[in-house]
Amino acid sequence: MHLAVYLPLVVPLLAAVAAGPLAARLPPVAATWLLVLSALALALASSAVLGLLALTALVRIPLVDSLGELSGPVISQHDPASVPVAIAAGALLAATVIVAGLVLWRRAAALAAAGREARGLRGSGQVVIVDDESADAYTLPGMPCRIVITAGMLRALSPAEREVLLAHERAHASSLHYLFTAIARLAAAANPLLWPVASAVGYTVERWADERAAAVTGDRDLAARAIAHAALASSAAPARRTVTAAAVLGAVSLPRRMRRAGPVPRRVAALLSPPPRPQLLLLAAAVMLVAVSGLSALEAARDLHALLDVARAKY
Amino acid sequence: MRQERAHSGDDAGRRASGELESAVLAVLQAAGSPLSPGEVRLRLGDDLAYTTVVTILSRLRGKGVLDRRKDGRAFVYAPVADEPGLAARRMSQVLDAEPDREAVLTRFVSGLSGEDEELLRRMLGEGGG
Repeated sequence: MHLAVYLPLVVPLLAAVAAGPLAARLPPVAATWLLVLSALALALASSAVLGLLALTALVRIPLVDSLGELSGPVISQHDPASVPVAIAAGALLAATVIVAGLVLWRRAAALAAAGREARGLRGSGQVVIVDDESADAYTLPGMPCRIVITAGMLRALSPAEREVLLAHERAHASSLHYLFTAIARLAAAANPLLWPVASAVGYTVERWADERAAAVTGDRDLAARAIAHAALASSAAPARRTVTAAAVLGAVSLPRRMRRAGPVPRRVAALLSPPPRPQLLLLAAAVMLVAVSGLSALEAARDLHALLDVARAKY
Repeated sequence: MRQERAHSGDDAGRRASGELESAVLAVLQAAGSPLSPGEVRLRLGDDLAYTTVVTILSRLRGKGVLDRRKDGRAFVYAPVADEPGLAARRMSQVLDAEPDREAVLTRFVSGLSGEDEELLRRMLGEGGG
């Protein structure tokens, strides 16, 4: 096995760096699909490579060789990977399996609890209004998803802005966004380098629902205002925060401050700008990177397979 | 059989009362039919004193979350089904214990930092600088 085997372990680093800019520049539907599928493919490729490396340690054990009818001298002569590297890979793979299993189980339990809660909500309509003064609104995943809106949130918005809120939450429910975020989170559990990709997916599904709401209402400015008003209303409920030093100075320009802004101001700014255009070059570059990672994992598997074939023939 | 303790102070002290309330509420929600304090105590699984369970049940009843009716010689308790606001209260009490709850919800708006808030006001043209 040559150096290409380590490529799938490095590519997630690039993905981590690229995730934020991709989420900001690509249209949200394309960005979500790209990030989720990439995270899944990269996590699978890096886990596969860890497995292959661990296997090279395994086939050096004489007992395994005799059981598998493999020639030990042939294997050590070709020296597929150093023993410490192989053992480290095995340990990493074991940790990966345990953490991913744990995350999968916890997420499944949380989704099941949410599903029970969604069924237990009053009425049978999709939207449930709860008599709560705090401003909050969310989609509860389930079969079907339910949309929970507090009376406080309804009061904070104008009738037109409520349409935006409803269209936004309906987009979450109908496009099963909770599955996208769950898959990205699982990939990040398998490979912690993919964490930034998973959190970028959390942002792109919000942008997806924002763009859908803007399309349904036909008014991007209205959608931007609805989000800003809702965010201010829900953050006004807890104790009001003091004005920060940056706000007092006010000297920093808006675009520069935007870079450090949280997700809500970035969503509002995106709606106040024209809809993002598909950027095929960027998309192709990202797909290529993932393909390279997958191909090198396949190549490594083929190498090992060929070596084992030779070792079997010489047994 | 475990000995039933007469006093409830140390039981209640071990777990925050809010936590006990949501546990009791979860038991009643899951049961689907009214339960007596003894049945609630059994299903909770903890070795809580009978009096503690009764205290929690009456406290929840005082908050308007539970209904009580006479069944034979004992009282049985059930969640108030259709009171508006209960769904919200129940959700925040029962589901908050779920570690991944926030992650499975897709919120319309997430939290704002002080600076985000100021930025939004400026974008809305409300000033604030």
